[in-house]
Parts: sequence; structure tokens; C-alpha cells
Amino acid sequence: MFLYVFRRLLTAIPTMFVIVTLAFFLIRVAPGGPFNQERGLSPEIKANLEAQFGLNDPIWLQYFNYLKNLLHGNFGPSYNLPDFTVTELFANGLPISVQLGLSALALALAVGTVLGIVAALNQNKLGDYSVIALATAGSTIPTFVIAPVIQLLFGLTWKLLPIGGWGDGAWINKIGPILTLSLPQIAIVARLMRGSMIESLRSNHIRTARALGLSDWSVVVKHALRGAVLPIVSYAGPAAAALLTGSIIVETIFAIPGIGRYFVDAALNRDYTLVMGTVVVIAIFTIAFNLIVDILYAFFDPRVRYD
Amino acid sequence: MLKNMLKATVFATTLALSAGALSVPAFAEVVFNRGNSADPESLDPHKTSTVYEAHILRDLFEGLVMQDKDAEVIPGAAESWTVSDDGTVYTFKLRQGATWSDGSPVTAEDFVYSFRRLEDPATGAEYASMLYVVKNGEEVNTGKVKPEELGVKAVDANTFEVTLKAPTPYFLEMLTHQSTYPVNKAAIDKLGADWIKPGNLVSNGAFTLAEFIPNDHIKLVKNPKFHDAANVKLDAVNYFPTEDRSTAIKRFEAGELDSNDDIPTEQMADLKAKFGEQLRIGAYLGTYYYAIKTDKAPWDNVELRNAVSMAIDRDFLAEKVWQNSMIPGYSMVPPGVEGYTSALATFADKSQIDREDEAKKVLEKLGYGPDKPLKMEIRYNTSENHKNTAVAIQEQLKPLGIEVTLLNTDTKTHYGHLEQKGDFDVARAGWIADYKDPESFLGISRKASGNNYSNYDSPKFEEAMNKAAAAGGKPEERLKEMAAAERILIDDVGQIPLLYYSYKNLVSPKIKGFDENVMDVHPSRFVSKD
Repeated sequence: MFLYVFRRLLTAIPTMFVIVTLAFFLIRVAPGGPFNQERGLSPEIKANLEAQFGLNDPIWLQYFNYLKNLLHGNFGPSYNLPDFTVTELFANGLPISVQLGLSALALALAVGTVLGIVAALNQNKLGDYSVIALATAGSTIPTFVIAPVIQLLFGLTWKLLPIGGWGDGAWINKIGPILTLSLPQIAIVARLMRGSMIESLRSNHIRTARALGLSDWSVVVKHALRGAVLPIVSYAGPAAAALLTGSIIVETIFAIPGIGRYFVDAALNRDYTLVMGTVVVIAIFTIAFNLIVDILYAFFDPRVRYD
Repeated sequence: MLKNMLKATVFATTLALSAGALSVPAFAEVVFNRGNSADPESLDPHKTSTVYEAHILRDLFEGLVMQDKDAEVIPGAAESWTVSDDGTVYTFKLRQGATWSDGSPVTAEDFVYSFRRLEDPATGAEYASMLYVVKNGEEVNTGKVKPEELGVKAVDANTFEVTLKAPTPYFLEMLTHQSTYPVNKAAIDKLGADWIKPGNLVSNGAFTLAEFIPNDHIKLVKNPKFHDAANVKLDAVNYFPTEDRSTAIKRFEAGELDSNDDIPTEQMADLKAKFGEQLRIGAYLGTYYYAIKTDKAPWDNVELRNAVSMAIDRDFLAEKVWQNSMIPGYSMVPPGVEGYTSALATFADKSQIDREDEAKKVLEKLGYGPDKPLKMEIRYNTSENHKNTAVAIQEQLKPLGIEVTLLNTDTKTHYGHLEQKGDFDVARAGWIADYKDPESFLGISRKASGNNYSNYDSPKFEEAMNKAAAAGGKPEERLKEMAAAERILIDDVGQIPLLYYSYKNLVSPKIKGFDENVMDVHPSRFVSKD
């Protein structure tokens, strides 16, 4: 097992290298640069700015310098927010995005799993139909609709929640974003759970368990669930990587200072160093959660072994 | 298993939700919660360029001169100044006893250091060109001479002298721009790049920096050492970046924001009905225009350019597309500069129908018609309103047989293309005044300007602009020469002005001293909150 994890981590190194290299050159292929804006700069002033960030060096030198700095854990200064280094921007924003993402994921897994089981146990009955209806609605209504509706209802009409802002991390400021993030996830988890639970309940070992006269609770929770939870685990890995690295829509609408917005803003601003930073962070999260999913598989599915 | 998982998730959720439940807001102090369209790129005055940065820097720093709540020039760090008879030497007397927020005195040396730093190529200042009017300004910035050669001098600790290249009547107006604010040498020498961080930043304005959490808020607190601190009514100002304008409106409505500097214009009618007096809209020194490639066929033909410009229904754009958040524009210099009368396009006093008839005739004369349609591509940068404007113009030009195609790119690509003198027909651009002077708007059409996207090159215009510059010592004559230059530019259709900007502020009735002016300048030191 440890050998397996070690091997996986080793293969992550060339993967990261390829990702970093591709991203480094791709963003530079995009037309325009970090210093193109509504008010044009004279060539001299632009040259001064580029010199300041080493952008006038030959591209291969910039690449090697970047790799060298990256190995030292230095992501460089942000071009468009020069008061901050990329590391500082992530130190500020990442904990916020992770906190919201983790809470939303936990909520989605808890509620979605329960709803899915309820639906599976009441297949083609009212309970099932309600869950399906809810799940369909949850996965089809986009977050940019859910978020303003939450703001309008809870913020303006009932005055229970603030409209937006982080409020130095006050719990009341987190409810809206967490709800918005988790609703579509609840829908997906419930649907997945329902499907795999129905399948699991029909399998031979469950029929055997029932024939042996085990109680309903024991059959469902101890035996059926263990098999049924696998698709959720596979889904939760990539979903966690996506949720924990923030959502631009939720963060923009609720004015949350997470890192979700950097993905889009940095690319649009040609803020090369910040783009690279976000790419590295997403890559790390994705690789890590894929590894976690594979390890969890071994715990849930006795047929999976890593030797 | 399920039970444990449930327990774990419920625990995690409770933990996440309850974190921070202990933070209690303070109520005693007077705090102005100010919505600002975006976070500053930097708080270093020498590295900023935008209007939303200017709001914050105006509170943090004090330049030689400042603006009052009507955007008129008032003494700042300098309490008085004299100008030499030939208009080239400005001698500023600094305020006695003025200090930085760390208690050290503000001296003439600080301004010498700051002006040199702005021009030093190593600083990489975007707005270094603000001091190109100073002797050797451009030469220092382009690395031709050392920063020490810049035409600035500390005569004594309280006397700062600036020598200009030529008389520049708008020099004092230029000094209201944030790029000319002083920075603290001792702090920069000691802390390097970290001097700008909260806790480190030493400034000389009415407020000091307390917190800066990117994408969340910037908190400024009253500077008790500020010379006019007795008249500063606010204890703190929070600047909230309000990139999502719909959220900003809701936050304003819920009382989370006391003001915001923008609105979603598509909701204009509803907002007017809902907010009444709280929504303040008025003329702002800015022009929305289309650059047109004047050195490329067929656009090198003045008559053709004029016909296209004439056929655009600006009233429709202002009323329908921009919901009256813009004003129809017929000149490059918007109204609002005292003593200056803008040169309007000659067709400005004709009805739209007459204009279209005339444009049709010109197109026919030039041989365009159903068999040989005129093709034109409009490039614009991503924005719902820019798109709607371009689409409206496309529709307006269709009946004249002009086939308009649209090309949308993101802002960086758009301006990258224009600056590199890439190929295009017509391209969207905008210009907001840095200082209250026609020069700010006409300078961008000069041959050498990096913003001359149209490649407008007219010896007559250059001559008129030089004549205006030469008349620097006589303000009235100079403005007349400026207007003559604008007349040439407009008759040549060197650019196609379409609209003048307006400011769009939402201001709570609790806020006083947030007065309306053409520069949309609202220093927090004059603001109070009931």
C-alpha cells in the first residue's frame, strides 16, 4: 500500500512538469500581455514595466527562471496586483475557498446520501419521485440563479443573512455561499446514490442476506451501502478538487475573497504568474484527490488491492 | 460506516459554520462603507493608473495640491506656491509642521525623491508620463539621463521647486493626479517591496491603511497626525470591491454599503424608481469613441469617415442602449472644462434623418451601393454594453448599404492589438480625463501618442496643438488654440466620438459631503455620516 502511494506520488512529478510547461507556454501564446489596457502605455514605459518583471528576457530564460523559482516554492509577484506575491494571494484566499468547499461537500455528501437511500428504498413511490424532482431541479438551476435568489429572499426580504462579503469569517456570511455551492452537489450525490443503491439492493449477496433473515437496517446499512457508496467515492474526488479550489460565480456574487475568481481573472488579465499559480494549485488538488479516491476504493471494495 | 460518515460530516459542517462566530462588530465608530468598482492593482501611487485606485489613494496620501469636494484645486502638502513670470518655474511652500503618519516631517526632499522615483525607469511607473512636462522628465524615464537630472529641487526643507520644459497651465491640475503623490523614502529603503503592506505603509493623507484583504475590503482609519484631522468626521473608511454590480445594489439596499460608484445600467429605470434621489447621475469627463484607421483604404477618405460618423444615431445609443447613463457626444472633449467650448461635428445640429440622407448621398457619390457594399468591421472589448452599442450601430448602418461585421475580443487582446498597430477598420475605445484640461483628450490624437489608435497624422492638427502649447502663459488664448485644434480633428474625423460618460453613484441619505462634480472625485475627508 505504501509502496503504491509512493509510486503514485513519483509519477505525479512528471505530470506536474508537463502541466507547468504546457501552461507556461500556452498563456504566452494568447494575444495581448499583462500591460495592455484601455489607456495605452508608450513603448518606453511598457519596456520599463516588462524589464521590472523580467518579461524582456528570452522566453527560454523566463521558463527556466520560473522553474527554478517554483522549485524553491516561489511563485513570483502577481503582475496585475504587484503589492502581493502569488503565494500571499493564495495564503489569503485558499483557506477561505477550502473552508467553503469542504463545508459544501460535507453537506452535499450527508444530505445527498440520505436522500439517495430514501429514494432507493421507496423506488417508484412518492418519496422517490420527490427526491428525483428535487435532484433534477438542483442540477438544472445554475448557481448564478440560485445565489441571487438566496440573496433576495434571505438577505433583502427576510433580512436573515447578509447579502455578501466575508465579514472576517463570521459564520452568518458563510451560509449563503455554502448553500449555493452544495445544492447542485446534493442533487448529483442523491441521484448517484439512488442508482447505485437500487442496483446494490438487487444483487445476489443482498438477496442472500435477506434470506438469512437479517434485519432491514442491517441489510441496508451494513451490506448494501458498502457496495453502493463506490460511485459516490469516485465522484467525490474530482468534485472535492473542484469545490475546494473555489467557484468564481459564487465568490463573485457573494463577494467572497477566495481563489476561485483568480482562475478566470488571471487568465483575462494575462497575469502570467497568477495563472501559473492557479494551474499548479488545481493540479495538486486534482492529483491528490484522485489518489485519495483510489486509496478509499481499497477500503470500500475488498476486490481492490494495491500491492 | 454510514453513521460514522454522517457524524463526521455533520461535525465538519458545524465546525465550519461556527468558525468565526465570536467576531463581534464594533458600533461606536463612524465608518463609511464605500463600494468601489474594483480592488486597486496597487496602493503605491507610482504604480497606479485607474479611477478606482485614485479614490483610495486620495484618502491615504496628500500631494502638493489636492481637490476639494467640488474637484477644485486646493492647497495640499503645499500651503502656497508661486509661478515664475515665464510660467516655467513653480515654487511650492510646504505646510509647516506637516508630518507623515510615523511622525517624521514631510519635507521638500520627500517630493524630490518621489518625483524622481516616478520617472526612474526602474520603478516601471505606468503614469510616468504625468511628469513629462517637467524638465528632463521624459529623458529620465527613457533612460537618457540620470534621475538626478530631473528638474526638481529642494531649496530648503520647506521649499520645493519644479522647473518645467515649457509653460504648462494645467500643471497644477496634473498634480492632483495620484501618480504625483509623495512616498516615504525611509520606509521604502527599510522595507523594500513590503513597504506597501498594512502596518508598514507610511502615508501623509487624512487616513492610514489598516487592512487590505484582496477581493474583500480595504480598511482606512483616520490619521490623527493629519494637519486637518480636526475636520475629518469619519473614524474609518472601508472600501469594498464591488465587481458584481447587482450584488452591490443589493448590499446598498440592505445597508451594507453607504455608497457605490457604479450601477448595472440595464436596470436603470427600475433603479431610478426604487432609489430616487439616492441615485445620482451627471456629466463626467470621459468620452466613448470609435477609433477609425485613417491611414488605410477606404478609411483614408475624410468624406467617407464623416458619412459613417454622421449615420450613427447617438441619441438612440444614449437612450436605448445605455439607458441614459451616457450622453450623445459630438466632440472629443466633453463639456465641463471651464472656459472651453468643444468643437462639435458640423452635423451635430441637423436631424438624424437629414444626416442619414446626406450620408447616403456621400456613399453613392463614392460609388458604394447595393452592387458594391461598403464593408466595415467593428472591434470591441468584452462587455455587454459595448456589444449592444456595436450591434445597434450595425443595424443603423445597414439601410445605408454598409455591411458591418463585429469582432469581440477580451480587453487585453483588444488593446494589445490596437497598441501594436494591428489591422482593423473601426475599434471601440474610451478616455477618462486624468486632469481637467482639453489637452487630456486631444493629446491622444497626436501623432506620437501611444493612444493614437486611428493613426491620425495631420500636420495642421500638430501645428495647432503646438501653437496652443506655446500660448501656455496665456490661458484664454491657449484654450482658443485648443478649440481650433479640436476643430481640425473633428472636421478630419480623426476619431468618431459617440458618447460622453456620466458618473453613476448610489449614495445613502446618511452620507453628507459626497458632492457631485465632473471629475467624480469624492475625498472621504470631506464626507460625514449621520
